[in-house]
Parts: sequence; structure tokens; C-alpha cells
Amino acid sequence: MDEKTIIAKRVAQELKDGNLVNLGIGLPTLVTKYLPAGIQVFFQSENGVIGMQPLPEPGVAADALTDAGGTPTSIIPGAGAFDSVTSFCLIRGGHLDVTVLGGLQVDEAGQLANWMVPGKMVPGMGGAMDLVSGAKRVIVAMTHTAKGAPKILKKCNLPLTSVRRVDLVVTELAVIQPTDEGLVLLEVADGVTVEQVVAATEARLIVPATVPTMQLAA
Amino acid sequence: MSKVTALEQAVAKIPDGATLMIGGFMGVGSPHRLIDELVRQGRKDLTIIANDTARPGVDIGKLIRAGAVKRLVASHIGLNPETQKQMIDGQIEVELVPQGTLAERIRAGGAGLGGVLTATGVGTTVAEGKQTIDVKGKTFLVEEPLRADFALISAWRADYYGNLSYELTARNFNPVMALAADTVIAEAGEIVPVGLIPPDQVETVSVVVDHLVARSN
Repeated sequence: MDEKTIIAKRVAQELKDGNLVNLGIGLPTLVTKYLPAGIQVFFQSENGVIGMQPLPEPGVAADALTDAGGTPTSIIPGAGAFDSVTSFCLIRGGHLDVTVLGGLQVDEAGQLANWMVPGKMVPGMGGAMDLVSGAKRVIVAMTHTAKGAPKILKKCNLPLTSVRRVDLVVTELAVIQPTDEGLVLLEVADGVTVEQVVAATEARLIVPATVPTMQLAA
Repeated sequence: MSKVTALEQAVAKIPDGATLMIGGFMGVGSPHRLIDELVRQGRKDLTIIANDTARPGVDIGKLIRAGAVKRLVASHIGLNPETQKQMIDGQIEVELVPQGTLAERIRAGGAGLGGVLTATGVGTTVAEGKQTIDVKGKTFLVEEPLRADFALISAWRADYYGNLSYELTARNFNPVMALAADTVIAEAGEIVPVGLIPPDQVETVSVVVDHLVARSN
């Protein structure tokens, strides 16, 4: 299983029946493929729709129905469409249960940096700052390291997305929960040791006496 | 009273140096013909307020490529490397605004409000130089309203008075921008006789629309 699949499968387990969920572009969108059976989740696309689902087949795209990256998408029966003001009322007003976002860095305070690399990459924050500040639960889905360098740091050195502490960090190596005391190592991936996770992490990790293995559906 | 205006004539009302709000999200729900005509007429030194600049050479990306934009207020330019390059080269001044804050600042501009209090951006680079206010123990950033000389918006359907309805994710910033500019030019996929759009489906009321252009001839 490749690292993105591991992350997407583990994040999918966090979604509950009836949740309103916003997935960031890139890795987080893979989560839709691994939803647990028997639950209904409403996916919001920040450009103005609730009830988004992948296109059922090629050739049925509509010009006026796209995801936040501008790619044609589809919606379920019972979906709703709205303008950008309403979309961000949902996000900022505490109506969004879960947001899953990619990350460049997370630190010991549980703060996330994911919107720019000064001098190199200035894409803009889009809806990321609103999502992290406003969602009930923020899950960061990212690879544990970038070209071998840790992304979970003592202190983010890239501009923060929000001062709000994120709720969960899922990587291909581990599940980590930011708390008042610091970053708690909740799970390690199959075949990965606690020592390997610690070695790949710059931040101090709080390691409980037993750390269970991440359980993923086949 | 019909507001239908010839494309060339409608766009000719926009002078060089004007501030324009342009609807659309990655080009979806953008007024394609109005943008093409702005480029054709060689308008320059524009300030653009929009969610994004689409992709290189597409919709608002055409104005970027033509060098028509002096200043940009947007939430995301990540899918248009030409905008990023012009920003880094100092050709365009770019103000990046969180998307929800952008929507609410425009709403404030159109609703006569003095600004918006929001938690988004507190403690980040977005907060630099801005006032904060504590309300019930929570800190909020003061964000100022946005208005424009012209709003260029795109609708699915219009009637000849300029009542507008929209379609799915092509709606996005269009309805709120229609309230926040001195002059509103709407481009519609089709223009139908007055009365054919049921009142409950009118999302932008005709009184705010000044000129109406059909998407195709």
C-alpha cells in the first residue's frame, strides 16, 4: 500500500454518519474512496455545493458543476448549491463537522502551516485559513517527512494557517494527537516502530506505554 | 425597460485604472465575453477583485497575460503561475485574502457595513497592521469592506429587466459582487422575457443590474 493510500484509509475512519466534511485539494480528496460502509457523509466543496461525489462515469460533466480545483464533479440527490457567502458561513459559523487538509508543517503546539513558502511558492490561502479557524474538527493528512526532512517540528518556521490547534495528524507512519501537554503518539502504521516515528519527527512526541498499530481495511 | 447593451458599448464604459470585481471560481461562472472584450479593447492598469485568476490564459488569466492588471485582491493564485511570476517580479501588487474574509468584505461593501469581525487570520501574517477587537472573550480581526467601480458578473439566466438566476457552482461570488459595485454589468447564458423567471428564483434583483450582455450572439 502506498503512503497516500494508508493516510486516506486511516482518515476515512474518522468520518461519522451525517457529518458535513470539507476535503482540501490533493491528498485529502482520496478519502472519499475509503469511506466506511453504511455511513452517509455530506461533502462540501467550498465553491458552493454540499453533496459532492465523484463523476459516476466519463462524459457526464457539466460546465457549472466543478470542485474547488475547477475539475468537473457530480452531486448526490439531495445536494444543495449556494453562493460563496453561504459557503463560508457554513465553514466559519461552526456548521462544518470535519475538514481534512494537507500540511507543510505541524508543530508541538499543534499549529499548522500549509499555505505558503516565502520566496518560493505563494499560492494564497484560498479557504484554508477559514477552514482551520472555523471547522469543529481539523484533521491534517500529510506525509510524515518531505524529501527525508521532518514536517512535524518543534515550531513551524513557515507562515501559520491559523493559531488554532489542529485535532489530529495522520501520516503514513503514525496518528498523532495534539493536546495541552504536547503531541501524543496514538498509533503507528503496520510494520513501523515507535523508534522509527520518533526518528522521523523533530517535535517531542509523548509516547504512551502501549501504542497500537493502525488498523486499515484491506 | 430592457438593460440589454451591446458588448462593445458596455465594456467601453470601463476606463483604464478602474477597480473591477469579477465573478467566478477557477473560471467557472466568470463572464467570459466581458473579459475577452476588456482584453480586446486593451484596457490597462486595472485593479481586480476576484477569488482567483483561473489558469494561465483562461478567463481572468487572460487579463493577467495581457498585462492589464496593476493590482489584484484574491484568495488563491496557486493554479496560475503567470500571476505568481508577475507578483514576484513586482508587476502586480497582490493582496491575498482568506476566501471567507473576501466574501464577507464584499458583502460588507454591498450591505453598507463598516467592516467585518472575523477569527480567520488572527495571529497570522494576514493580521499584520490590522486592528483586533475582543468580543465576549474572543479575539477578532477587523477587516474593511470592499467595493468596486464595476462588477462584472455571470448568470445562468436573466430577464430583460436584469433579474438574474444562477446555476450550481457557477454561482460563487457573483450574487454578492452584484451588490458591491457602482455599476454592474451582467453576462447571462440566456436572456428571457420578463416574467419567465419565477420571483422565488430571482437571486440578484434587477434594480442592482445596470447593463446586460448575452453570453453568445
